[in-house]
Amino acid sequence: MALEDEVSVLRRNPLFAEISPTKLKLLAFTSERIAYSEGQDLFRMGDPSDSAYVIINGTADALIDTPDGEIVVAQFEKNAFVGEIGILCDVPRTATIRAKSPLETLKISKEQFLQLLAEFPDAAIEVMRVLADRLTNTTAELTQARKKIQELESR
Amino acid sequence: MESSLFKYVWQHTRRDQVWILIIVILSMPTYFLALDLPKQIVNGPVQGRGFESADATSIFLNISFNVPDWVSKTGEFVVFSGFELERIDMLITLSLIFLLLVCINGYFKFYINLFKGKIGERTLRRLRFELIDRVLRFPNAHFQRVKAPEVASMVKDEVEPLGQFIGDTFVQPVFLGGQAATAMFFILSQSLWLGSIAATIVVVQAILIPWLRRPLITLAKQRQITTRAFAGRIGEIVDGISEIHLNDTSNYERAELSGRLGDIYYIRFALYKRRFFLKFLNNFLSQITPFLFYLIGGYFAVTGRLDIGQLVAVIAAYKELPSPIAELIRWDQSRLNVQVKFTSVIEQFAPEHMVDPVVQEPTKGPIAPLTGDISVANLTVLDDTGSKLIDRTSFEAPLGEKIAVVGELNSGAEAICDTLAGLLRPETGSVRIASQSLEELPESVTGRRISYIGQRTYLPQASIKDSLLYGLKHISEPPEVYEAFGGHNSKLVHDEIIASGTIPLVATTDWIDYQAAGIDNQKYLDTRILSVTETVGLSEDIYDLGLRGTVDPADQPEIARKIIEARRVLRNQLKEPPFSQLVEPFDPEKYNPQETIAENLLFGSAVGPQFAKENLATNKYLIDTLDSTSLRASLFEMGKKIAETVVELFADLPAGHPFFEQLSFMDAEEIPDYRTALARVSSMSIDQVNAADIAQFLKLTFSYVEPRHRLRLLDEDAQNRIIETRAKFRENLPATLIGSIEFYDPETYNSASNLEANILFGRIAYGIAEGPARVREAIQRVVDELQLRNEIFSVGLNYNVGTGGKRLSPVQQQKIALARVLLKQPDIVIGNKPYAAFDKQSRIASIEKLLEFAKGKVGGQKPFGLFLAVSEPDLAEKFDRVLVFEDGVLIEQGKPDELKQKNGKFAELLATG
Repeated sequence: MALEDEVSVLRRNPLFAEISPTKLKLLAFTSERIAYSEGQDLFRMGDPSDSAYVIINGTADALIDTPDGEIVVAQFEKNAFVGEIGILCDVPRTATIRAKSPLETLKISKEQFLQLLAEFPDAAIEVMRVLADRLTNTTAELTQARKKIQELESR
Repeated sequence: MESSLFKYVWQHTRRDQVWILIIVILSMPTYFLALDLPKQIVNGPVQGRGFESADATSIFLNISFNVPDWVSKTGEFVVFSGFELERIDMLITLSLIFLLLVCINGYFKFYINLFKGKIGERTLRRLRFELIDRVLRFPNAHFQRVKAPEVASMVKDEVEPLGQFIGDTFVQPVFLGGQAATAMFFILSQSLWLGSIAATIVVVQAILIPWLRRPLITLAKQRQITTRAFAGRIGEIVDGISEIHLNDTSNYERAELSGRLGDIYYIRFALYKRRFFLKFLNNFLSQITPFLFYLIGGYFAVTGRLDIGQLVAVIAAYKELPSPIAELIRWDQSRLNVQVKFTSVIEQFAPEHMVDPVVQEPTKGPIAPLTGDISVANLTVLDDTGSKLIDRTSFEAPLGEKIAVVGELNSGAEAICDTLAGLLRPETGSVRIASQSLEELPESVTGRRISYIGQRTYLPQASIKDSLLYGLKHISEPPEVYEAFGGHNSKLVHDEIIASGTIPLVATTDWIDYQAAGIDNQKYLDTRILSVTETVGLSEDIYDLGLRGTVDPADQPEIARKIIEARRVLRNQLKEPPFSQLVEPFDPEKYNPQETIAENLLFGSAVGPQFAKENLATNKYLIDTLDSTSLRASLFEMGKKIAETVVELFADLPAGHPFFEQLSFMDAEEIPDYRTALARVSSMSIDQVNAADIAQFLKLTFSYVEPRHRLRLLDEDAQNRIIETRAKFRENLPATLIGSIEFYDPETYNSASNLEANILFGRIAYGIAEGPARVREAIQRVVDELQLRNEIFSVGLNYNVGTGGKRLSPVQQQKIALARVLLKQPDIVIGNKPYAAFDKQSRIASIEKLLEFAKGKVGGQKPFGLFLAVSEPDLAEKFDRVLVFEDGVLIEQGKPDELKQKNGKFAELLATG
């Protein structure tokens, strides 16, 4: 697959939608293409965060370690952007990302990504939106979970 | 050492000097005959004297005595009446004799020069050896004051002129003096008056010139010392180059050196002024004599008190006088020069407290292990300034005990270790090991039975193997066969060693003391090294170095063969998924997409600069080959496309933008150049573009890798044409370039690549997660499968550690030092705060490991005693005994537990950490 294909994948991600094609091409050009086979980890929970990945092809699972073993918490498909929390907040990986099928990714380094956000406020807003979305979901889930616990306790 | 050069030379070359003198005297008659013969040829057969009639004959080779003129036939005692020869025969005979004399003289000259050269060089060899021998016997403290380059410059350069002088030391004055005396005698016999004048002038020369020359000695000495110090400074600059860069003092150093160069210049200039003035004066005095002869002798002749024949004879004889005298003066000049050099060098090589030669005497046979006690009695050790490092200290301890020495910094704990190791000299008191005084213990005992680990290890430039075995190289017996001395005629080589008085030992013989290493012979050496390096955790490092090392297949065909075997096995394994995507093997018939276009064209490893990456775009042969397959235009077009993309993408980015780091084709600064170049060539065909521009764009194409850069530039046709060009490139490679590239060949070992690359024989694919790690694992498996590990390890052992071991990490250097200790199996290991360069944690771990070794707990290692100054008091608790020092005095000693309970200094040190 060539640069142009990567650019079209990037464009389909809302995060990059507002960015000019030249810039996206530049982003693709300066990023590394990495292929994973099924079962390989992109990174593991607790690893230091140095980059984020755009999935060009295939699917990946997000897993977290619990005392009872690993639990799948999310699944990512083509065009998804993963690993951005770690590089935004400078924290270790909050989950393990594992290839569920043969996976093609574009690895975007922390510096590149932060530079992009600085240059394109639209992209930054998009990131905020995605994160806020996730927060909303998480809050909703949390509320539900609490309710469940209360119900269980009151029984 | 003899401080007078004459005595030194006489002492060592007496016989040779007498011999050369005899040869010089023997050469005289033929020399004078050869000078005389031309006159005879001209006077006799050529001008016809004695051949007045057509068939006249003359007598040749008449030998008779009491005859003033040998042509005369009135001799009283005829030894040989001679042959009668006609004029032409005579001419031929005399000419042939002349030729013969020329040959004989030439041979004499050749022999004399060669002989002089030989004794000069031999004495130089002896002198240099003596100087080095002395360096090896300098007391340790002396090395704090000398600079290595100064010593080197003295041994190497300053004694050099001696070599040319030594052959002439005695011959020249005797010979020239004789010549001058003869001429003088002749003049005196002709005319006492004129003779006296000539003699007076000579005496004036002989007194005045040396007197005037005296300042030259001082100047010569100054010059020598200044240049020596200059060498020392250069050495300092090289050693401390990083300090210079870090402190921006390069200009200060320039100024300093320039000043020193100025000093040397002015000293030299002053020397020249005086020397050439003396030369002038000398010439003047020589010319004064004929002036006086003409004036006074002419006056006598005119007034009739001297006959004219006599005057002519005197003047003719005087012609012979100045040249030997001038030569003598020149000889005296170099004598002076050389004598100054000699004494000033010798002075530097006689410090106080030199090691007694007996201590370093070569020994035969194994050295018995040391048993008994370390006993220190009333010991005082001073430092350079005279302050006390150790003050009247006494103690006794068994040799095999594990002893820790603690104390605050410079409390004496470090000094006692260095004293026991013989690095510091006791001022008063005694140090006895195994009931022998340490100072009298020969180095063959201390060096083999005692090991020392310092704060830093110095590794001389050698292979890892040699570094490891350095502690075992002490089998010092003269070889029994001359062959060991090497050379065409090993007996001569040996005799020359004896004649020059150096040491009849050969560095190239096997010096390794296998017994000391606990093995029977060389066969077990590698196994022993492997087990020791495994013990200290160095074997993996050596193995990795081996993988990155190279072998010459001509030297080690077996390893090369096995590597090819490994390549084959690996290639078969890599054919199966998931590995098939990981590596793209080198195939002469296939385009390798994981390689750059240039690599695909060359299909080999460049050796030297000809085909180095940066020179490829301008390499004429490559360009011509590209033209022959008309590939150049396509590659040029590709270069343009790459440039267009880069310019388009990067042009607007501000300098220093992080994206530039990912740009592999060019530097950020080059982008504007490419932009203008693109504008320049856009509308031209390749024939119109100049070569420099083409090269500029070809450079981009050459480094293009499709899977990495993903610009979709390479279609199948282009790939096929590259394969075609590759074959042509190899086929037609001119003879001059054959050594510049080592082509890939699936069936042969590529000596320009390392072992790992040879096994892999392909390129790890871009963009596959953990690709390199997985490939390395695959290689590892193949290596184990084929049991290649030992071979690769042995290649790693040949890795050169660099000057001072700088090509190894400090940890690796220390591991080598430890492995060296273990290989030697000493009775006691002394350490002065070893591993000081490590962080605390690894230091503690290393010392604990050393303690385990000392107890004999690891890998069949023999137990040994320990005497260790340690920085961490809590480490000392693990030892059998602790010595606590304060202000140079031993204030506590005993078992760690006892000391802890005593609540003394040790307890205090433990509490404060």
